Amino acid sequence: MALKGRAWKYGDDVDTDVIIPARYLNTSDPEELARHCMEGIDKEYAAKVSSGDFLVAGKNFGCGSSREHAPIAIKASGASAVIARSFARIFYRNAFNMGLPIFEVPQAVDEIDAGDVLTLDMRQGMLRNETKGRKYAIAPVPPFMQELVAAGGLLNYMASRRKGT
Amino acid sequence: MTLTEKILARHAGKETVEPGELILARVDLALGNDVTSPIAIQAVRNLGVREVFDRERIALVPDHFTPNKDIASAEQARIMRDFAREYGIVNYFEVGRMGIEHVLLPDEGLVVPGDLVIGADSHTCTYGALCAFSTGVGSTDLAAAMISGEVWLKVPKSIRIVLSGKPRKWVEGKDVILHIIGEIGGDGALYQSMEYAGDGLAALPMAWRFTISNMAIEAGAKNGIFPFDKITKSYADERASRKYTVVEADRDAQYAAEIGIDLGALEPQVAFPHMPENTRSLSRVGNVPIDQVVVGSCTNGRIEDLRSACEVLRGRKVHDGVRMIVFPATQEIYLQAMREGLMEIFVTAGAAFSTPTCGPCLGGHMGILAKGEKAVATTNRNFVGRMGHPESEVYLSNPAVAAASAVLGRIGGPDEIP
Ligand code: SF4
Repeated sequence: MALKGRAWKYGDDVDTDVIIPARYLNTSDPEELARHCMEGIDKEYAAKVSSGDFLVAGKNFGCGSSREHAPIAIKASGASAVIARSFARIFYRNAFNMGLPIFEVPQAVDEIDAGDVLTLDMRQGMLRNETKGRKYAIAPVPPFMQELVAAGGLLNYMASRRKGT
Repeated sequence: MTLTEKILARHAGKETVEPGELILARVDLALGNDVTSPIAIQAVRNLGVREVFDRERIALVPDHFTPNKDIASAEQARIMRDFAREYGIVNYFEVGRMGIEHVLLPDEGLVVPGDLVIGADSHTCTYGALCAFSTGVGSTDLAAAMISGEVWLKVPKSIRIVLSGKPRKWVEGKDVILHIIGEIGGDGALYQSMEYAGDGLAALPMAWRFTISNMAIEAGAKNGIFPFDKITKSYADERASRKYTVVEADRDAQYAAEIGIDLGALEPQVAFPHMPENTRSLSRVGNVPIDQVVVGSCTNGRIEDLRSACEVLRGRKVHDGVRMIVFPATQEIYLQAMREGLMEIFVTAGAAFSTPTCGPCLGGHMGILAKGEKAVATTNRNFVGRMGHPESEVYLSNPAVAAASAVLGRIGGPDEIP
């Protein structure tokens, strides 16, 4: 699957409280959450993001709370993937369990500027910065996680295992 | 093996596990709250699942936006309540009988030493204080665990933190963990386990250990775990609702790093906005006038914390320019505070004393900050907008420093009060 879109660039330690402030956690409606996505750090994002765009950030993206509302909001906002130097651990598993692709590509993060056009081919494991004419290899997904993806996500995987036993 | 590796191996039905290994592990308890469980519940219902893996091994606690803050929160709380009734969830705690989840569950004896516990809340790591493995996960993980009783986990590397000496007066568990986070940074233990050791442990009561494990996530860690000792034993013997297992780390356990901390050298710590890692020793804080003080949360809402704040507040008044709000973490603590006369000390001093709730800790309700306002809080996060307006500021401290700041009208310690 190839993804294409523009980069929205942020710094280190983007936490779940800025991705989706807690005052909006009294709903889990994706559309409603998407309207406030990144509101704590960027008031323009939710209104201006186009489908397929990428969030690009520094280290420890998604630190803080375990709220799945964060990857839900990002996914529902239309973003196709998050690229960061590193991810906080709960965000990492949530994104994965929810089907929001995320990638740790430190070098790319350093060289991407806001607005750059990026393409990402998951099968080839390749991220391209079309604006700058650069490309980066992406680390392969561990086999266990591929299994989860193949089963259609964590819940389906668990459900099928349960039936089998 | 380290403490974490041992507990994970046991729950994965394996002799040994190694860092980096992905395992499917059995959970002893799965936790959800009014924010995270509605998503999990929806997922369980969508799959057509009519029965959870074990009605006694799930805990559902409405604490974030309860007593219901508004209509939307009321609807969320109802999703949880209806589910608990319909699916026969034994450990559902209604308003009036509840508490903040991470204080409530160990106090109710639902988490015991040797357990593997997951919760759809990042501070689930709190129970490491009991020599259990516990960690925060997302709602989808919670849904899967409610159905299957299992969770997938990557075995973390462990960092060994060796404590020595005895803390000085007014230095508490909060200062130990803030100091550590300040040293190693907000991602200093990313994907790893923090395992405590050393003769300094003898000086750390259970309440302080819970505080220290609670904030492991603020260093990016998967869990923060204490060895089982006399202090753990007396707490567990009094509270545990099930038989527990004592786990010990092997002598030849492998650690990714070792950090030494001299408890005697620590001053009270204050974390400046907007990351818990921005710590300063109290003597280096300078003049920071404040508008609000919050004492409570899963970090510092225990009876020991209220006692510490009261020791400072007794016979004194909250500063004219400050609103002080106190949140005991559970109904049991609330009652105890009443019996000991702590509630009277707070109210006489001019503080508000609330029913248990997460309240302002996450900027939910009951003490939201206006633009530009500053608060000292005994909570665990001071991110942008955490307690209200994006331009408000939160400073994290221990309960004694919070109480002293309430009296002084600026951030300061008990010794600075005339
Ligand atoms: S008290 Fe604060 S940190 Fe603890 S569970 Fe509630 S919102 Fe989370």
